[in-house]
Amino acid sequence: MSRTLQAPVTVAFDYTRSTGPVIGRFFSGLRDGVVVGGRTSSGEVVVPPLEFDPGTHEATTDFVEVSSVGTVTSWTWVPQPVKAQPFDHPFAFALVTLDGATAPLLHALDVASPEDVTTGMRVRIRWAEERTGAITDIACFEPLAPGEAETPNEVAASAHDEAVTGVVVPVSLDYNYAASPEESLFYRGLNEGRIMGQRCPTCQKVYIPPRSACPADGTPTAEEVELSQTGTVTTFCIVNVPFLGQKITPPYVSAYVLLDGADIAVLHLILGVPAEEVRMGMRVKAVWKPKDEWTFSLENIDHFAPTGDPDADFDTYKHHL
Amino acid sequence: MRDVAVVGFAQRQMPEFDGSPTCVELLVPLFKECYEQTGWTRKDVGFWCSGSSDYLAGRSFSFVQAVDAIGVIPPVNESHVEMDLAWAMYEAWIKIQTGEVDTALVYAFGKSSAGVLRRTLALQLEPYTMTPLWPDTVSLAGLQARTGIDAGLWDERAMAEVANRSLTDAEKNEYAVRKGGSSVDELLGRPMYADPLRKHDCAPVTDGAAALVLAAGDRAREVRDRPAWLTGISHYVDPMGMGVRDLTRSPSARRAGAALDLDGVEVAELHAPFSHQELILRSELGLADDVAINPSGGALASNPMFSAGGIRVGEAAQRIWSGEAGKVLAHATSGPALQQNLVCTLAASTSATEGAGN
Ligand SMILES: [Zn+2]
Repeated sequence: MSRTLQAPVTVAFDYTRSTGPVIGRFFSGLRDGVVVGGRTSSGEVVVPPLEFDPGTHEATTDFVEVSSVGTVTSWTWVPQPVKAQPFDHPFAFALVTLDGATAPLLHALDVASPEDVTTGMRVRIRWAEERTGAITDIACFEPLAPGEAETPNEVAASAHDEAVTGVVVPVSLDYNYAASPEESLFYRGLNEGRIMGQRCPTCQKVYIPPRSACPADGTPTAEEVELSQTGTVTTFCIVNVPFLGQKITPPYVSAYVLLDGADIAVLHLILGVPAEEVRMGMRVKAVWKPKDEWTFSLENIDHFAPTGDPDADFDTYKHHL
Repeated sequence: MRDVAVVGFAQRQMPEFDGSPTCVELLVPLFKECYEQTGWTRKDVGFWCSGSSDYLAGRSFSFVQAVDAIGVIPPVNESHVEMDLAWAMYEAWIKIQTGEVDTALVYAFGKSSAGVLRRTLALQLEPYTMTPLWPDTVSLAGLQARTGIDAGLWDERAMAEVANRSLTDAEKNEYAVRKGGSSVDELLGRPMYADPLRKHDCAPVTDGAAALVLAAGDRAREVRDRPAWLTGISHYVDPMGMGVRDLTRSPSARRAGAALDLDGVEVAELHAPFSHQELILRSELGLADDVAINPSGGALASNPMFSAGGIRVGEAAQRIWSGEAGKVLAHATSGPALQQNLVCTLAASTSATEGAGN
């Protein structure tokens, strides 16, 4: 058994970004099959255009159309592409100075092997079949054969009146997520129908889930403690608002349950009682899902339900609010 | 300007940390070492600052749980930078300069192995025209290396010489995850990885954490006979667009170095995750041939994200504590292809303390 529990996790979010007048102008151009650079105060033509001039710090307003044919000024081989790169087979990244520009643009170069690339080689843009106003409207660069006429790729005309004002950038990152050894103890316990905590040797507080160090005094938690399956509602809220991904029809109660013997409450559902009857001090017990549905998750406990015992005295939980 | 010294340093570096990305269990023993070195308890630390990244951890507010390793009763004076440890140290240095505190413990951590590091770092790039292409760290460094090769500024042999020296020096470093020099010819005989880079030209993916302790004036003298006084600290940044940078250069490193007095530097710990970047830094900082570069083995031996720059400071400070050197330089970098650079000097004497480079 490995020391910690591990599981794949994907964290994904689509960033919606406004482009502003400069990047918007560049992306509008790409959508229409034209590469737009920006002229700086020192006379350089930069692609993509800079939002502000590096010398004067004024907003860029001088735009220049440049060619879709250019020269490789540097390149590197990508033997093992990572997810979402322009190709999933080996390719080159290149810096390409387009004719009419003075600074290079970074993009992919579609060649079969590093032997097919040289600094100084002539390349042209291969446009994406569908263009939306994004850097990916350029599918990649491709080599011009020696002696081939230096003609840009045919590009479908597009008639848009509207300038590009925004772009959506999807970000999706894959991790192999490891729980700490202490968290692993907790989740392994749940998979056995037990609720495990650990006690701080310095202040004697019992943490659930156990933590790698006591947040109060910084001491590693040490002693394993199996907690009671019964506890007290310290505070709660009635959820009346529907939201995306909700699993239970409102109204329902989400509550902090302080298990007997613990110094930290756990957040869970209170079911088996009308929402308006849930109260601070109510005694509740864990209701587990059928054993064949257990995993390494707090969801093994389906919910907490009232025990029917008299309410706990306020003094027994007032320090845990 | 107050005299501030580095008086404590602890580190862990490993190929793969088998634990949570909050790294709390790594940090606890590091802090313990810092307390042992200083004779302090956590209550003697006036200010805490950490460096880490949520993108590396794959969870939000990852630095908050790391605070568990400190203990916060009574409450602590704490801050965080989404940057390398060296920048956390810079924040602490400023905090001490304000007079509000006399001591600080700065730390950083990162589990690079949790995701695909070279891909995750594409999130550092210009988000409109670069990140959507996911240019990975190795590719961007490869473009930089080729630019210098084509310009005749260095060649594959010069790069291999850097790698061979680093791997040889790393044999003495118990924390190095890659070590063992061979010969330049042997290294050049190995296959190309991301042409023009071979694997030994690129820092290994490394998990780890590190901590530095700072103290002002007499608080520093109480801790060590030879505190490593921070006599100068400076940092600058180059544009984020790769196209408008001369990749054979690092103007921000040059400016950071030019703001300091580098005369008499005996040892330089340079944060160069790619072999050719050491050559660029050496030139931009104008280091003489007799300056010992990266006796620790440097970042080519191990490069824990968000602590490797600060580890350069700790490694350099140790040379002062031990009496091996009287004046040393430490450098940290961040961003693609040496975009952001922090340089500091440490010395056995407090004379001529210089301010932060504007
Ligand atoms: Zn405690």
